[in-house]
This record gives sequence, C-alpha cells and structure tokens, in this order.
Amino acid sequence: MSEAPTTSAAAVETARKSQIPVTVLTGYLGSGKTTLLNRILSEDHGKRYAVIVNEFGEIGIDNDLIVESDEEIYEMNNGCICCTVRGDLIRVVEGLMRRPGRFDAIIVETTGLADPVPVAQTFFMDDDVRSKTALDAVVALVDAKHLPLRLADSREAEDQIAFADVVLLNKTDLVTPEELAKVEATVRAINPHAVIHRTERAGIELSRVLDRGAFDLSRALESDPHFLDHDHPDHTCGPDCDHNHHDHDHDHDHGHHHHDHAHDHHHHDHVSPIHDVTVQSVSIRTGELNPDKFFPWIQRITQDQGPNILRLKGILAFRGDHERYVVQGVHMIIEGDHQRAWKENEKRESRLVFIGRQLDDAALRAGLESCLA
Amino acid sequence: MPTIAPLDLAAHCIDARFILDVPFFALADGTIHRLDNGHKTTQAHDGLLCAVPAVDGKSLLTSGEDGRICSTGLNGEALELSVLPRKWLTALAAAPSGAIAFASGRSAWVRSPDGSLREFPHERSVEGVGFAPKGLRLAVARYNGVTLHWPATNSAPTELEWKGAHVSVMFSPDNRFLVTSMQENALHGWRLEDNRHMRMTGYPNKVKSWSWSTKGKWLATSGAPAAIVWPFSGKDGPMGKSPLELGTRGDSLVTAVACHPAEEIVAIGYSDGMILVARFGDQKEVLLRRPGKGAISSMNWDTTGHRLVFGSEAGDCGVVDITG
Repeated sequence: MSEAPTTSAAAVETARKSQIPVTVLTGYLGSGKTTLLNRILSEDHGKRYAVIVNEFGEIGIDNDLIVESDEEIYEMNNGCICCTVRGDLIRVVEGLMRRPGRFDAIIVETTGLADPVPVAQTFFMDDDVRSKTALDAVVALVDAKHLPLRLADSREAEDQIAFADVVLLNKTDLVTPEELAKVEATVRAINPHAVIHRTERAGIELSRVLDRGAFDLSRALESDPHFLDHDHPDHTCGPDCDHNHHDHDHDHDHGHHHHDHAHDHHHHDHVSPIHDVTVQSVSIRTGELNPDKFFPWIQRITQDQGPNILRLKGILAFRGDHERYVVQGVHMIIEGDHQRAWKENEKRESRLVFIGRQLDDAALRAGLESCLA
Repeated sequence: MPTIAPLDLAAHCIDARFILDVPFFALADGTIHRLDNGHKTTQAHDGLLCAVPAVDGKSLLTSGEDGRICSTGLNGEALELSVLPRKWLTALAAAPSGAIAFASGRSAWVRSPDGSLREFPHERSVEGVGFAPKGLRLAVARYNGVTLHWPATNSAPTELEWKGAHVSVMFSPDNRFLVTSMQENALHGWRLEDNRHMRMTGYPNKVKSWSWSTKGKWLATSGAPAAIVWPFSGKDGPMGKSPLELGTRGDSLVTAVACHPAEEIVAIGYSDGMILVARFGDQKEVLLRRPGKGAISSMNWDTTGHRLVFGSEAGDCGVVDITG
C-alpha cells in the first residue's frame, strides 16, 4: 500500500459565515409530510426553500428548486461501523450550493421508512457539505391515529421520534383526547427533550419548524436556557424520573414552560403507555469534570456503544475552565465546543443526556461520575 | 513574467478549457462564456452540472439540472443532443467515436453518434462515468466498486469490487490502469491486466481534480495542501512508491491541477485562488496568479502549453500566458 504523506489537516476552516440551514423532515407515509411541504412551498413567508424529495409524487407545485433524489445510503469505509452518509445528498447539496443566492434554506424530505441517522451524519461527515450547510433541525411528523400501529410494526417509526428535535403530532382531529394524551405520552417517553406540537393537517406556524437551530447546540441553549434542566426547582420531573419509572408511577405537573410548546400538557409521566417502545433516555447531572478523564471516557463509550446511541447532548463544566462546554453526538460521531462563559450566579455542573437502546443507566452514570474533577 | 487576462464572471466555474484554442468557461448558472474576439455568452442550461470536451476537440459537451445534454462549439450555439426531463445529469464522459455517456440517479446512458440511447440501470447510484481511451469500454463508479460495460455489444459487464463509495472514475491514457476517487478521501486503482488493487491514501480531503502528465507517466491530484503526484510509469504503477509533493502550502488546499501537455510540469490551483506551476524534476515553482476571490475549480492548458485557462468557485476566471 502506498501512502501520501499525512499532512496536518491545518488548512481551511474558512469562516463558516454563509452556511445554509438544512431541515430534515421525517415521518411515515400518511403522517402529513407532503401537506407540510406544500404549505412551505406555497405560503407567502418571504423565504425561498430548495427541497430535496424522494419522489416528485404528490407535490403539486412545479418549482425548479424541487430536486428528486434516490435515497442512497453509503457505509463509510473508515472502520466506524455505524458511520453512514446519504451519497445522493452529498451530490445534490453540492450542486445546489454552486448556485447560492437562489434559496435561503434547504429541506430534505425522507421516505416514510427512512432511518434519519444517515441524513444527519451526512452533515457531520462530509467536509464539503459541512463547510457550506448546517443541520438546523430534524422534524418528525407523527400520525396521532396510527402511531401505535407503526410502533408495533417498525423500528424506524420509533427512531424517527427518538432522533427528532421537533415532533408534530399531526391529525389530532382524528383521535379522542384520551388517545391523544396516550400518544403524546408515548412520544415523550421515547424522546423527553423534543419540542412537541399538536397539529391538524400539519397546520403550524412555519417559524416553529424551520430555522430552529436545534443542532447548533449553542443556539439551542440560548433560546432554551433550561435545556436538559428538568430538575429545575420549578419542575418536579427530574432527569432521574426516566430511568426507574417502572417502579414509581409518579404523577406530576410537567408544564415544560421552557419549551415553546403550542399547548400545555399535564399529568403524564415518562412511562410509555404503548408497549412497543424500545428507546430510552438517560439523563445525568453531576459536578465539575476533569477533561483528561472525560474525553477518553466519552470516546470509549461512543466507540463501544455507538450503535445503540441515537443522540447524545450535554453541557459540561470542566475544572478550571471558565466557559461552558457543549457536546453532541450521533452514534459514534461526537462533537464539542466551548459555548460561552459561565455566569456569576450559574451553578457550575455537568449535564449529559443519552437517547438510545439498551443503555446501561447505572454504568453510564458511574462512568461519568468517575470523570469528576 | 506570466501575464494574466482576467475575466470576472458571476457564478461558480464548473469547467475552464480551450476549445480549438479559444478559452471556454462553463458556469453553474448554465452560461458558457468564450473569449473569441471579445467576450461572448451562450445560455446553454438552467443549471449546468458537468462539462467535458468532445474527443474531436471541436466542442464542449455539457449536462444540466434541466436534464439536457448540449454541445457548444465556436459558433456559440448550444445544440441539444439528449434530454431527460427533470433529471439532474450528474456525470458525463465522451468517447472518440462520438458516443457520450451520462448518468442520473441509478442509471447511466450511452448516446451513440446516431442519436440512439441505451440505458444501463444499476442497483445503486451511478456516481461517475469514464470511457477507456478507445471508447469501447465504459466504467461506472458506484458504491463498492466499478462496473465495466461494453456499450456497443451485449457482453456481460465486468465488476471490480472495492469496499466504499467510488465517486468518479477514469482510465489511464495507456489503458493499463483504472483509477477512482472515493468518498473516503482516497484514490483506488486497478491494474487492468490482472485487476490487482492499488490504494492511494493519506489525503485530508476528497480528490476532485486529477490530471495525467504527458505520456501518462504521472497522475497529479488535488485534495491535500500540496499537489500529490503518483508515479505510473512502472509496471506496478504507484505501488510501493512515494508520490511527489509539489507546491506545498501550510495555509491552503490544492483544489485543481492541470499537467502541461509537453513538459513534466503541473499547474496547481489552491483554495484561496492562487496558482503556481511546479516542475516534477527539481520541484521548482513559479507563481502564476496571486490569491483571488475563490477556490480554483478548473484549469486547462492550450495545445501548445503556452496558455493556461482557469476558473474559480467565485467566478473570477482568466487566461495566463506563461510566455509573457
């Protein structure tokens, strides 16, 4: 084997100024994706969107910014077993970005059965895509009437919810209030940190779905200062509530005033009322960490358990570091950066959330605590 | 001293080259500009994706987001050769016979000179197409390898497997080697006589520009802070040999390369718009252009090797005359 001399990846992180936001739209067939897309394309909101669809199909609008693309998942041949990218997106995004100025943002519609992970990983893994665009948010549409069926017969439906930043619980007019509450509790059990909106016919103010900055951790935290803050004094629902919920069926007010929910939801806990849920989340809160212990640990965790970790987010306090450090990950990919200085009155502590399958709550907790400074 | 005649255009330059010694610039906005007794423009496509010269050298072939294949010569007329409505035609290649290959999604098509079209469906996306020097074989770059078709016959295709996503493909000028560029920041090669593998790795970025030196002795490539130039003159190609590194810079990546038609020198374009030429033998460098507005996206020499035409991602294009 021949080898070009390894060169320091020194060059070229040219200012990420003109990154175009990308919104990923997931959801089963019939969940209302096309309705939402048609609204985005036809309403007068002053923004122009390029839309990458799997099939022109039912989109009744002829627009040269709608691009059809075959979902093409490539496993990266880099020794990382769960690194996948969407090859077609790399191609189409590259083409779109050669003619900037025609649109303000990109929307990627996935097929009903799609795994959202390769789409998201494309925006981390491919240098060209990454230098020109930034993943804004993953939005999952959920058919309130058919979710229980979907969860029973496919893992993808659950993955889509687990992976989402924003969930539109759609077709609420087709279910009773009791059914709706049950479905919403299920969504919440799968993903305690997503913003949930109840909608009929995908009727939602588009600003609540688009340009959210949910994947931009710094921004997500700015607009949602209590992110991961479920044991804030005003909350009776602590991060611990989602790991031993099988034992105690606590019935608490869970107003989530810190999220911009379009509604209030009360009296649910994080037990899924539907049995087919396999995704869980583990939220850990601890003190100041030693970075020399934390980084090797999180590397090892994401290497060993990457396939089971759908998403990971955290805000960390490192001993001797006057800035908050934020991390996020998808499977084995993890990224982190300093966000801003800790404020005077802010408690310097570390919070970390894992969403995934077969997570060993106690081991993760003990692991993070072993990194305490 | 080299002299530069700049041409400031408004869009990303996909391809800059001489057609019958006239500078042509094909831009992503679908326009084709030429400097032929003044600046002339043709609107060939609504969105232009690929451009290659016809093998007779008399026209520029282009494919677009509008599903069209066009041929534009010195008269400036964009002649439509094929159209597949609403498809993005993302790969393009030309054969000496006049056949043209192009691709969209999971199919490649070959258009014969008589205008007939043959489709080659694939299970996965067709990322790149390339003809062998005589044009009898068509290589299709795909996930996990390359498929070789014989478009004029009904022979079964040959599959060359190598794990990973292969995004572009070309034959060496002597038809001994097939080389692909991969999503994984590497080149892969096959020696065609025995399908022996050649791995060329170590790039920090994807290889998007490559150029064979005179007589196909060397392959110059982009994708690193230097032009990486692999030796192909030996029986085993680059196997077991180190590449040359020419024009190394600490603060900029090589984004385009163009080997001179006669001498063993290569023009090297960088992400900041700078252009150098470097000689293989003694690595001597000469500056041709200072940094500009955007990364150099395409460069080609004229047939005599006196002039170099270049284009950038920001549209600042031009022609360098090295004879001064």
